[in-house]
Amino acid sequence: MNEDWVLYEVFIRSRSGLEHKHVGSLHAADARMAIEHARDTYTRRQEGVSIWVVRSSDIVASDPAEAEELFEPARDKVYRHPTFYAIPEDVKNI
Amino acid sequence: MYTQALDSPGGAAAADAHERERLERFQERIDRDEKIEPKDWMPEAYRQTLIRQIAQHAHSEVVGMLPEGNWITRAPSLRRKVVLIAKVQDEGGHGMYLYSAAETLGVSRGELIEQLLSGRAKYSSIFNYPTLTWADIGAIGWLVDGAAIMNQIPLCRCSYGPYARAMVRICKEESFHQRQGYEIMLTLSRGSAAQRAMAQDALDRWWWPSLMMFGPSDAHSVHTAQSMRWKIKRFSNDELRQKFIDVTVPQAEFLGLAVPDPDLRWDESAQHYVPGPIDWSEFHAVLKGEGPCNRERLEARHAAHEAGRWVREAAAAFAEKHQEPLRAAQAG
Repeated sequence: MNEDWVLYEVFIRSRSGLEHKHVGSLHAADARMAIEHARDTYTRRQEGVSIWVVRSSDIVASDPAEAEELFEPARDKVYRHPTFYAIPEDVKNI
Repeated sequence: MYTQALDSPGGAAAADAHERERLERFQERIDRDEKIEPKDWMPEAYRQTLIRQIAQHAHSEVVGMLPEGNWITRAPSLRRKVVLIAKVQDEGGHGMYLYSAAETLGVSRGELIEQLLSGRAKYSSIFNYPTLTWADIGAIGWLVDGAAIMNQIPLCRCSYGPYARAMVRICKEESFHQRQGYEIMLTLSRGSAAQRAMAQDALDRWWWPSLMMFGPSDAHSVHTAQSMRWKIKRFSNDELRQKFIDVTVPQAEFLGLAVPDPDLRWDESAQHYVPGPIDWSEFHAVLKGEGPCNRERLEARHAAHEAGRWVREAAAAFAEKHQEPLRAAQAG
């Protein structure tokens, strides 16, 4: 059984001025082929002006089991949002 | 599942309780309409159900290129030809999105391809029918892609994130497929007597197989109840089939073509079309490998896989030689 090519994650910038966004993954023998396959697979309808490919094995991700300790602490810090502060209607431009 | 846990000290009861609790928490997440992502814990049966369904879906897209590819060199005009090439290329792309989604569940691309080539994996029964005339290309786009859209739109809300995202992408592209098919049927049905007859013949042959695409009726569908509980499926086979019939019959009437079902009638009180009985023996025969083109389709996949072998090997050898990463592309 032949081995699969390396798995790459694909990120596309949909137009200049916007960030690259993850769109999916694909297999390729090398990075150049990954770009070419990404172009054929993910940009057949002008979805992008720039492509990033990253080996999936190079991505370090947070563990879903740790989601609570990572993200919960932000929940009770509502004072980080502008709507936390009551300003009289008469005050303008703030 | 998780039988290895039973060997641990503390025994089966503790492991069972722990397992039950995890299952309950998982179901609560589903009930809250949370999406499940690849690294989240999931029951093994949920994982296996998704692998089976997504892989079958991927195989269907890839095998689905064959009946239409059959007409690329014989398309009646350059416009029809570029459209058909684009459509067939889309189907290949859909297969790629779906294989990628399946791989997030821990199955390898190689295994999936191997399952297709060895005949162990199933793909949609519809692609085992031949494309005998140009009108079949119209009928496939209109009916087969139309049925596929009906099936796929609810899958955009599937509980498994990568599958749902792949489906959003696919559904966006699928609409062009159906419209180009209907346009072919419209042109033929407004054409000469011979063209109209060709369109009618295509509808006659594709109507029933299209209805069977939704799968066995609810009473005989083995997986439906659990898949609905897990929100992999949102509607039952019969509900989707009914929706398809209700939207498609008026489209056939507009073409001036007759749906090949003598029992079909409009039920005014229910506001639905009621079709005649479906011949499920045909469906099961095609699934078992006895359809008109089962053998031909698999042979074509084998031939493509073998013919591409030297390309894959050459690319791998080239990559081995030039390990230098592509810096230019990374600069983006």
